[in-house]
Amino acid sequence: MAATEILLAGFGGQGVLFAGKILAYCGLLDNKELSWLPSYGPEMRGGTANCSVCISDEPIGSPLVLNPDILIAMNQPSFDKFVNDVKPGGKVFYDSTLIESECTRTDIEIFAIPSTELADSNELKGGSNIILLGKLMKETGIFTLDTMKKCIEKVVPPTKAQLIANNFRAIELGMNS
Amino acid sequence: MAVVFERPKSLLDVPTHYCPGCTHGIVHRLVAEVMDEMGIEGDTVGVCPVGCSVMAYDYFGCDMIEAPHGRAPAVATGVKRTNPDKFVFTYQGDGDLAAIGTAETVHVATRGENIVVIFINNTIYGMTGGQMAPTTLPGQVTQTTPFGRDPQLAGYPVRVCEMLSTLTGTAYAHRVAVDSVPHIRDAKKAIRKAFETQKAKKGFSIVEVLSTCPTNWGLTPTEAIKRLQDEMIPYYPLGVYKDTTEEGNE
Amino acid sequence: MERNLMKGNEALAEAAIRAGCKCFFGYPITPQTELAAYMAKRMNKAGGVFLQAESEIAAINMVLGAASTGVRAMTSSSSPGISLKSEGISYIAGSDLPAVIINVQRGGPGLGGIQPSQADYWQATKALGHGDFHLMVFAPASVQEMVDMVVKAFDKADEYRVPAMILADGLLGQMMEPVSFPEISANPTDKSSWAADGHKGKREHHIINSLYLKPDELEKSVEDRFARYETIKANETDAELYLTEDCDILLCAFGATARVVKSAVNEARAQGIKAGLFRPKTLWPFPVKELNEAAKSAKKLLSVEMSMGQMIDDIKLAINCSKPVEFYGRTGGVIPNPAEILAEIKKVGGAE
Repeated sequence: MAATEILLAGFGGQGVLFAGKILAYCGLLDNKELSWLPSYGPEMRGGTANCSVCISDEPIGSPLVLNPDILIAMNQPSFDKFVNDVKPGGKVFYDSTLIESECTRTDIEIFAIPSTELADSNELKGGSNIILLGKLMKETGIFTLDTMKKCIEKVVPPTKAQLIANNFRAIELGMNS
Repeated sequence: MAVVFERPKSLLDVPTHYCPGCTHGIVHRLVAEVMDEMGIEGDTVGVCPVGCSVMAYDYFGCDMIEAPHGRAPAVATGVKRTNPDKFVFTYQGDGDLAAIGTAETVHVATRGENIVVIFINNTIYGMTGGQMAPTTLPGQVTQTTPFGRDPQLAGYPVRVCEMLSTLTGTAYAHRVAVDSVPHIRDAKKAIRKAFETQKAKKGFSIVEVLSTCPTNWGLTPTEAIKRLQDEMIPYYPLGVYKDTTEEGNE
Repeated sequence: MERNLMKGNEALAEAAIRAGCKCFFGYPITPQTELAAYMAKRMNKAGGVFLQAESEIAAINMVLGAASTGVRAMTSSSSPGISLKSEGISYIAGSDLPAVIINVQRGGPGLGGIQPSQADYWQATKALGHGDFHLMVFAPASVQEMVDMVVKAFDKADEYRVPAMILADGLLGQMMEPVSFPEISANPTDKSSWAADGHKGKREHHIINSLYLKPDELEKSVEDRFARYETIKANETDAELYLTEDCDILLCAFGATARVVKSAVNEARAQGIKAGLFRPKTLWPFPVKELNEAAKSAKKLLSVEMSMGQMIDDIKLAINCSKPVEFYGRTGGVIPNPAEILAEIKKVGGAE
C-alpha cells in the first residue's frame, strides 16, 4: 500500500482529533507505519482543529498532510479551506448538516453525509465524527470493520465502556448512509 | 587536662575567609555543634548560597553543594525529595534569600519542604563590597544608597520571618541574634529545634540570625554589635514567629 | 515487540522512567506540557519524584540538587523556558553533574510562538549558559528515536559526567507514532566517588561546586573537562546517511525537518536528481567525519532548517568550506514542505 494521507478538520470539540486517533490506532493494529499530528494551539474549544494522519507500508516522511488523499471536513471553514488541496483522485467526506458544498471539482469524489443529523436522530449526540469514519471506511476500504471495532474497544476508556456500543452503531450508520 | 572547649567535629579545621569580627563564624559553629549533638553529620547535605558564605562548603564537615545565587532552596528541594531520610539545610544571606531568591524562598516554605534554612541577616551585601540588601534599614548608608536608604526611592526592608510565618507550609520560624551570650544560646536552641523539626518531618523551618558586618558597615566589631542591638533588633524583633511543633502548640 | 501509539512528549517521559530517572522537575509551557502531565501521572507510581516547580529556574536547580546526590534527574521545557534554565545548566556543567534536559523547541525570539522551530540550535550547541562548556545534544527525528535517545542521554551523561539535552521540537512532541520500549537495563554508574548523599562518617565530605577563585585552578578544571569533551567527540558522534554514496547534492537536516527533507530527496531521486541526506543525530558533538563521508561525491550541500540558518555554520566548518553550502529555511513555526525543498534542490543546481 502506498502512503495514504488523511486530513481531518472541524471545530474544536467535534472530535476531530479523536477520529484521527482512531484511524491511527487502526494503522497500529494492522501493523502499518503511521503518524498522527494535531494542530495545537490556544483553541482547545470553539476554534478550528485539524489533524494529519499518514498510513503507509513504508516509514513516514513528513507527517504534515498538505495534499490529502482523504479529507474529512466537519465545518464550513475547514471544507472551504481544504477541499481544493485534495489530491486528484482523492475522496472528501463532509458533514452536510453543517456544510454547504459549492465545490465544482470533478477530479475528486465527494461524499455528503448528514452526520450531525444522523447522530442526533439516533441519540448519538457527538457521534458525527464516527459516522463519517464509517462512511470513509466503506468507501475507501482502508481498514476492515473488524479492525475498526477492535480499535474502538482499545481507545474507549474502560470507565466509559457503554460508549463502545454507541460507537459501533455510529460506524454502521455511516456505512449505510 | 580536661578539655572544656573544642572545635565541633562537623566544623573542619581549616582557616576561614571571613573578616575579623564577622559573626558567620559563630553561626557556623552553632550549626556544627547541632550536627554533632544530634550525630547527623554523616546524614546531612548542606547547600551554600552565593554571598559571603559561598565557601561554607570548605568549612562544614558534611557533604556540601554550592548553589547558584538565590537557588539554594530549590537545590535543597532536589536533594530532600530524592533523599527524604537525609538532613538538608541551606545557609543563605539576605541578598541571596530575600532578593534574587525570593521566589525560591517563598515556594520552598509554602510547599512545606522538610528542610532547614539558616538565614543570615546583616542588612548588607558583604561579598560584593557593601551594597543595599533587601533588609537594609531605612536611612542606612551603603555603596548603592550613599545618602542612606530612602524608602521613597528604594522601598522598605523585607521582614522575612514575618512574611514566611503567614504560609501554611512553614512549621517553624524564629528570629535570633548573635550579639550576646544569652542570645547566642537562644540561637543554638533555635537551630537545634529547626533540625529536630526536620527530624520529626514537620515541614519547613527557618532560623533568621541577625548578624553583623563590621567591614562593610565601617564599624569596629564592638560598634557593630552595638548597632545590631540598637538599630536592627528594634526593626527586626527577636522571637518565635511560628511554631507548629507540639512544643509550640502548648 | 509491542508497538504502542504515543505522543512524542509522552514517549520521552515513559522512556526516562524506564531508564531509571528518579525525579522530574518541571514548569508548564507549550508545546511540551504533556511530558510533565505524563510524569505527574506515572512518576510517583514508579517510585520516583514528580514536582511542579515555581519556575524554570527552580526546576533546573532542583535537578542540580538531585543530581548532586547521584540520582538520575530530568527537566523539560520549551525554548523560552530553556533560556531561563541556562544559568542552572552552566552550574550543572561546571559542577560535572550528569542530568538530562529536554527542549521541545518553539519559535522565537522572545515569547515567539508555539509552533515547531529549530532556532535553538546555536543555544544548545554553542552557548547554553555562560562559560566554557558543552552539553551533549541529541536530535531525534521520530517518536521511537525520542525513546532511544533519552535512554542513551542518561547513560552518556552518567558516563562522562556532563549534562545532556534532547533537542526536539513541537512537531515531534505533539505527534503520535508507533513506538516500542526495548528491554531497558538502566545502566547504573557508580557515583559513590563524588555524590553528595551523606558520608555516613565513612569518607571525606564531598563537595559539589563550580567555584574556583584561583585562575589556574579554574583553568585546570575547564581543561580537564575539555579533555573529556575530546573523548566524547571521538566516540559519540552519530548520523544517518541516506542515499549519499553517489549524490550530487547533499541535503543536511536534523530532527523533524529531516523527515520532510527525506520526502523531498525521494521525490528528487524519482525525477532523476541525485540527492542525498545527511542527518546528524548528535548535534554536539557534531558528526564531522560522517558529514565528510556523506559529502564525498557531492558538488553542493544544502542545509535545510526551521530557522534562519544555524547548523549551516557547523556544516561549513566540518568540511572546511571545501564545497558550496547553500541554505533553505523557514522560521517562526512554519514547517517547510517537501515541494518547496524540491524546488530549492532544483534551484541550487541539483539537476545535472
